Amino acid sequence: MKPVTLITGTMVPLDRADVDTDQIIPQQFLKRIERDGYGEFLFYNWAHTDDGQPSSDFIINHPARQGAKVLVAGPNFGCGSSREHAPWAIQQWGFEAVITPSAADIFRNNASFTGLLIVEMAADAVARLMDLATDPSAVVTIDLETQMVTAEGIEEHFGFDATAKERLLSGLDGIGVTLIHDDVIGSHEANRAPWLPTAVG
Amino acid sequence: MSTPRTLFEKVWGNHVVVDADPALLYVDLHLVHEVTSPQAFAGLNASGRNVRRPDLTVATVDHGIPTTNRSLGIRDPLSKKQVDALVQNCKEHGITLFGLDDPRQGIVHVVGPEQGLTQPGLLVVCGDSHTSTHGAFGALAFGIGTTEVEHVLATQTIWQARPQTMAVEVEGSLPWGVAAKDLILGIIAKIGVSGGTRHVIEYRGQTISDLSMEQRMTICNMSIEGGARAGMIAPDETTIRYVEGRPFAPKGKQWDAAVEAWQGLATDPGAKFDRVETLNANDLVPHVSWGVNPAQTVPVTGHVPSPDSYADPQQRDAAVRALEYMALRPGTAIADIEIAHVFLGSCTNGRIEDLRAAAKVVEGRKVDSRVTAVVVPGSMQVKAQAEAEGLSEIFERAGFSWRDAGCSSCLAMNPDVIPAGERCASTSNRNYEGRQGRGARTHLVSPAMAAAAAISGHFVDVREWESSV
Repeated sequence: MKPVTLITGTMVPLDRADVDTDQIIPQQFLKRIERDGYGEFLFYNWAHTDDGQPSSDFIINHPARQGAKVLVAGPNFGCGSSREHAPWAIQQWGFEAVITPSAADIFRNNASFTGLLIVEMAADAVARLMDLATDPSAVVTIDLETQMVTAEGIEEHFGFDATAKERLLSGLDGIGVTLIHDDVIGSHEANRAPWLPTAVG
Repeated sequence: MSTPRTLFEKVWGNHVVVDADPALLYVDLHLVHEVTSPQAFAGLNASGRNVRRPDLTVATVDHGIPTTNRSLGIRDPLSKKQVDALVQNCKEHGITLFGLDDPRQGIVHVVGPEQGLTQPGLLVVCGDSHTSTHGAFGALAFGIGTTEVEHVLATQTIWQARPQTMAVEVEGSLPWGVAAKDLILGIIAKIGVSGGTRHVIEYRGQTISDLSMEQRMTICNMSIEGGARAGMIAPDETTIRYVEGRPFAPKGKQWDAAVEAWQGLATDPGAKFDRVETLNANDLVPHVSWGVNPAQTVPVTGHVPSPDSYADPQQRDAAVRALEYMALRPGTAIADIEIAHVFLGSCTNGRIEDLRAAAKVVEGRKVDSRVTAVVVPGSMQVKAQAEAEGLSEIFERAGFSWRDAGCSSCLAMNPDVIPAGERCASTSNRNYEGRQGRGARTHLVSPAMAAAAAISGHFVDVREWESSV
């Protein structure tokens, strides 16, 4: 995972509540066995007409929005399916962060492993940022280190899970970190009840 | 005396390896399927790591597989590649796989319980959000992403922020013709699609104790539709009777020890929950979803609501967009909505009791000539049992198509796609835009309600029928 650094860039506003991961990346694009190649399918059904052409009225297709780094979204973003393809698609389109009043649990968790920064910020501050983001040239800065979002007229602190923060800032491989605890995993394992199910052997 | 603890607190406590927040938890059962695992195995192989406990890992194929003509193999080259990758990965790492031609194959959340792998008190994870299903046994079970799948394969552990606890207390008894599906849709309507975020729900009360294991699985399955991390129900005699004698259930002295441990898992009297919601089952009626999220439901006796009935502007906008997608007008009676497809199946409602409930409605009747109706059993074992009970005959005689097991039209990754613009009465769990196919319009209902809609060609209040059958 690439470490998350200071993010400064333009925004795309998506003022909808309860955007589920089926909208972020529809099921027909989950058949790949690789981790890449999902960016062009982001919000596919909203971003394309029935005959598969890019739909000019959907915001991520607007020429002025290309190169944006921050998606500003409504509450309960990323609800539904656990597909990690959702953060993959968002990042591979070019976004580095999502700012929302609230994200769904599994999605938030997944993003903390893929390096997509999910900022959960007070709803009124998100609303002001959403307004600002109607201007495609408006810039926002997100500093994970200090947990601050800064834009014109906005200076807002956000909460963040300490462990996820450390992982995102360092870009460390989670398995390596866990294996530091190999001894305690082993001793827990040795004390498991004998009646617990096993599938082979 | 020790502090009274909830079911969740006991199960959580039994699995803590590193006591911190987030805590490192030991995983007892890791369920794997073909869609969310290939990148995890690839990562594992690339870093030269092994599967730590292949004996605690079980795989099946379900999401992308065909439900007809299996002898011809998988025609979609990408789906075939995913299944082939899982077969290869399981072989390489010594993981038990219920493959396409295995009589135990089925939806991951149906086969775990059916094989007796899902047991009270376990910590169960799977790269699938409906892993919450297994909480019906008093297990702590939740969905994870692909990076975490790789982490569990390598370490048999998972880091988890400690969730808050929510009790959903249900009193009263489910009225005639009202199903577990209607109860969970009612709960979601009450708490909202994000009401459970950062919480583990324990479903409690006499109504819940009176439910069968199949019904409890329907309830816990849709905890995620309420935004919850997991849903749980305390194990009791019903649970123990269900698990006993299944292939992977403990035997002999181990069985006695297991039962003793399970009997101590229920929430202690006086234990505190962070939040409590109550619901009276006596008031419930069959629900039909009209919109594009599982909280957008109304009683079958009701009407499509007006966006103006929502006070919150964002929810009002969502209702406007939902009506447009669903091609519905406010004020339309639910009973006047015509459907072209019926899908009976999924990890929510693809178990034997679900098929029995639907067959009871279907028996001696015919599917409306304008409706394409399909039954996809949740597993090949469910299919075999339904055939032995004569249910398949009832369905086929009525004009239903009788299929092999899989996720099928619940998420339409296989050929069972609902065409754009067409309306489906579905026993699955998500009515999201495009979920059953681009432009497809999903209405979530119980198995009996889906069966009645198949016969009538539109929604009907199954309570009026059930009293006559």
